[in-house]
Amino acid sequence: MKSEQNEQALLKGLASNDSRAIETIYKDNFSMVQAFVLNNNGSYDDARDVFQEAMIALYEKAQSESFVLTCQIKTYVYSICRRLWLKKLQQLGRFSNQVDNLDETIPVEEDMEIHEKRNAEFAIMDRAMKSLGEPCKSLLEGYYLKKMGMQELAAEFGYTNADNAKNQKYKCLMRLKKLFFSQYNIGD
Amino acid sequence: MDDIQLLANIESYLAGEMSPTEVAVFEALRKKTPEIDQMVVEHKLFQHQIEDYAATQNIKHTLHEVHAKLLENGDVNEGGELSSKAQVVQLWNRYKRVTAIAASVGGIIALVISGLVAYFSPVVNGNQIQQLSKDIEIIKRNQQYQGSLINEVKSKIPNGVTVISGGSGFLIDAKGFIITNAHVLKGTAAVVVDSKGKEYTASIVHIDTKKDLAILKINDEDFTPLKSLPYSIGKSNADLGDEIFTLGYPRNDIVYGVGYLASKTGFNGDSLSYQIQISANPGNSGGPVLNNNGEVIGVLSTRQAQADGVAFAVKSKNIYECVNEAKEANADLENIKIPGHSSMKGTSRKLQISKVADCVFNVKAFSKK
Repeated sequence: MKSEQNEQALLKGLASNDSRAIETIYKDNFSMVQAFVLNNNGSYDDARDVFQEAMIALYEKAQSESFVLTCQIKTYVYSICRRLWLKKLQQLGRFSNQVDNLDETIPVEEDMEIHEKRNAEFAIMDRAMKSLGEPCKSLLEGYYLKKMGMQELAAEFGYTNADNAKNQKYKCLMRLKKLFFSQYNIGD
Repeated sequence: MDDIQLLANIESYLAGEMSPTEVAVFEALRKKTPEIDQMVVEHKLFQHQIEDYAATQNIKHTLHEVHAKLLENGDVNEGGELSSKAQVVQLWNRYKRVTAIAASVGGIIALVISGLVAYFSPVVNGNQIQQLSKDIEIIKRNQQYQGSLINEVKSKIPNGVTVISGGSGFLIDAKGFIITNAHVLKGTAAVVVDSKGKEYTASIVHIDTKKDLAILKINDEDFTPLKSLPYSIGKSNADLGDEIFTLGYPRNDIVYGVGYLASKTGFNGDSLSYQIQISANPGNSGGPVLNNNGEVIGVLSTRQAQADGVAFAVKSKNIYECVNEAKEANADLENIKIPGHSSMKGTSRKLQISKVADCVFNVKAFSKK
């Protein structure tokens, strides 16, 4: 009972991007995933990428309001990692000869689909951001990623007042929107 | 209202920063202008996207930081301090499948190549020379053929024995002594058939495997000794380029072949035999090789397997030696008299053939059980 509450707390921490909660989850699960990837034709880098992607998937899931995790974090992370890594192996044309089926896994296909969709959206936004150019990119990153206020931004970028910075931000935002929607089709 | 102002309004509307009166004005505007309504919806979606993007970027950043921190603290191991042995093991684990495939492909290629080399490379000495005795299958087939052809003549080969080998042979004494090759006589007794298809039983009286010669004696009461032999057996060496001919039984009927003396030595410089250029086939073994004067210069014995028309004949002077040895070993053979004079000198080839054909026999050797 206690551990269940503990896990809920950890997930909440993850959802709010709390580095201590993330550290705990990382410590508890990473070596398991690393061992799995290494034993199945992977490298240390592969293990890190797979684990971090699984963490992102878990983070996305923890953020949604309808979120219920019906199993342990360990099981969920392992299932996602397993899925991700086997898919990667298939793409690379490498095959694993001993994929042990002894570990408990849960079906994660649906979550994987959602995660892949978000991955695709992320990539579009990332491309749009990168082709935006300075100072728009830094300005928008400051506003949306670092959550800086207009006053702060004005000071950092050297605008005479917050209104000017805001004006500039809107201009940049319009360009970003154009770039984003040129690839992202709302109709889909 | 310019675009920037509109965007600012949409943002503050979506963020809920407008006063109730402003909201009412703005919502009236949305209802009136579909374009603005569309923009609001679009912007809401975009805001959601950029927030997701920001959140994912931030979590990625945190994950990297956490990873680096844990790595530094030693809570996570990335093989930095692993020994090189472990790396080798890891590499081996990763590539063992590929290695196995490569190794088996290599093995198969090696096998195939060695197989091909063995198949196409020239055959070793053992097979370079082919003895011209007929093998059992051919004999068997010929026997059937013969049986159907002249079934009124009962074969003198005893029932229940298998013919092992066969070839040709020719008389060296009109009383019924026949010379042939030793390799023709693989069995313990033989039947000889003349050019008219008549069979006589014969016994093996002498075998000299070194010279590859053997003497048979016809001991059949049906056999009528000839008055004399038309040819002589040469004592001296023949000359290069001498035109030669042979008669033999590569099949059940007698076959004539013509050629020339190609070399005074045989295979690999063998001084016991000549190399002759003639078309010879299994069954020709033991046949006489004669020159234009009707003189036997050799006994056809082998041919080179890889070359066309290259055959070898045991020199005729070996016949004398063989007969002398036989005489020493067996006093009953004292009366063998080898013809030293040819009666065919200057006669036409047709006449020569018809005379010689009477003296050339088809030899069939078998083992008594």
